[in-house]
Amino acid sequence: MSSEFVRGLTCRLCGKQYPKEALNFCTEDFGPLEVEYDYEAIGRALSREAIERRPRTMWRYKELLPIDGEPTVGLQVGCTPLIKARRLAEALGVRELYIKNDAVNHPTLSFKDRVVAVALSKAVELGFDTVGCASTGNLAGSVAANASAAGLNAYVLIPDNLEQGKVLGATIYGAKVVAIKGNYDHVNRLCSQIAFRFGWGFVNVNLRPFYAEGSKSMGFEIAEDLGWRTPDHVVAPMAGGSLIGKIFKAFKELEGLGWVDPVKTRMFGAQATGCNPITNTVKTDAKRVKPVRDPQTIAKSLAIGDPADGFFASKLMRETGGWGEDVDDDAIVDAMKLLAETEGIWAETAGGVTLAVTRKLIEQGKIDRNGSTVICITGNGLKTQEAIIDRIALPPVIAPNLAEFESLVGASAPADSELAPVGA
Amino acid sequence: MAKVSIPTPLRPAADGQASLEGAGTTVGEVLADVGRQYPDLHKRLFAAEGQLHQYVNVFVNDEDIRFMDELDTPVKESDEIGIIPAIAGG
Repeated sequence: MSSEFVRGLTCRLCGKQYPKEALNFCTEDFGPLEVEYDYEAIGRALSREAIERRPRTMWRYKELLPIDGEPTVGLQVGCTPLIKARRLAEALGVRELYIKNDAVNHPTLSFKDRVVAVALSKAVELGFDTVGCASTGNLAGSVAANASAAGLNAYVLIPDNLEQGKVLGATIYGAKVVAIKGNYDHVNRLCSQIAFRFGWGFVNVNLRPFYAEGSKSMGFEIAEDLGWRTPDHVVAPMAGGSLIGKIFKAFKELEGLGWVDPVKTRMFGAQATGCNPITNTVKTDAKRVKPVRDPQTIAKSLAIGDPADGFFASKLMRETGGWGEDVDDDAIVDAMKLLAETEGIWAETAGGVTLAVTRKLIEQGKIDRNGSTVICITGNGLKTQEAIIDRIALPPVIAPNLAEFESLVGASAPADSELAPVGA
Repeated sequence: MAKVSIPTPLRPAADGQASLEGAGTTVGEVLADVGRQYPDLHKRLFAAEGQLHQYVNVFVNDEDIRFMDELDTPVKESDEIGIIPAIAGG
């Protein structure tokens, strides 16, 4: 039981404290609420060695996650590979590069399974029988799948222009999927009103403080897999801007427990130029995030024009010596191909954003070529096929005879023949 | 007078009412008038320097005032002003 480890919720702006309830903002100033822990108690109860003896799922860090009992949803989530990306490092001209590959996270192939595992475990604890979410796609699939497995009713609200793979990936699990005319920000606003009206557990609305903590598991795993070390740089995609902050929070929690050396990681955030409210805030040194009214990018999972955690994400990037950058759609597709061709990883469009931004930051000198860098890949390319299908060369078609094959192979040198990797 | 919709969490600061009416020709004036009627509501909406708290979002007939003239956005008597907490991504 870990109930002794979670103290409650605290407003990130004014510090007002709240009990562990389905509440996501402070009633004094609407500031976002954050889970507070008793780290002394955690330090007494837990050690690196105890964690290492546990099964390889995100729940090996359960004392540092905001549930009161044992987890009940998403028991196999997490502990995705941290891959030493030698060929990609060579292509980018850096010494030490890793990919945290949540494109293979279980069960729905995105990092959202982490936050949903926590949010729905908490929803069960709080007695909700119906859960929901506003989603750009990955969360929709994860809530639908995990709710189904947990026997919960699910309402999933999405913009009406999502990739087909993500729509089907939510519908197959039997959730009630509703497409809303408009962009993600319209959907999110409606969900806020529904949560008030119907009393359901919306994972990214009234369960948000608990939900967001699930992202810390990505940071814990990175540090553990590096041998209880934090990297020099982390590059993370930003939609609402929560993930980047939670990875850093995880590092700081490990530091506070004395399990890693003092954290010097510089945090870098990635967006698409067609929806760049957070990177724009960093670049202009603005005090407030100016929302983007009409996001236009193939990276739909990052197309949140009004990012709730944008303020904290931009502050974090500045305070850690990191930076925020954005890239256009062509650069996104090029980077998706580069990742696939060098490391055999087919990331969704957001992964293309993250890698393309990494390349840009290296070229700008903002990422030290001799340092260690972790790139966070948060979703699988299978879900965003239509974003690139027109940009990939189709295979040659030949008759089933050896002569035609020999003719094809012999037509040009192997390096630039039509049999070379797609996009080479 | 323009109508101001009060979200559930703020209603205790407005004697439990779901909507209020405020005088004024801009969003800022209407919210200030409502705030004069209910000072507890005012401090939940506005920071000390007269700006809206960072996580308070205001809409006029479903249009975010950050895409218009912020607190200087003009309002007519038939307009409805909505207050919604900033919400997070998915």
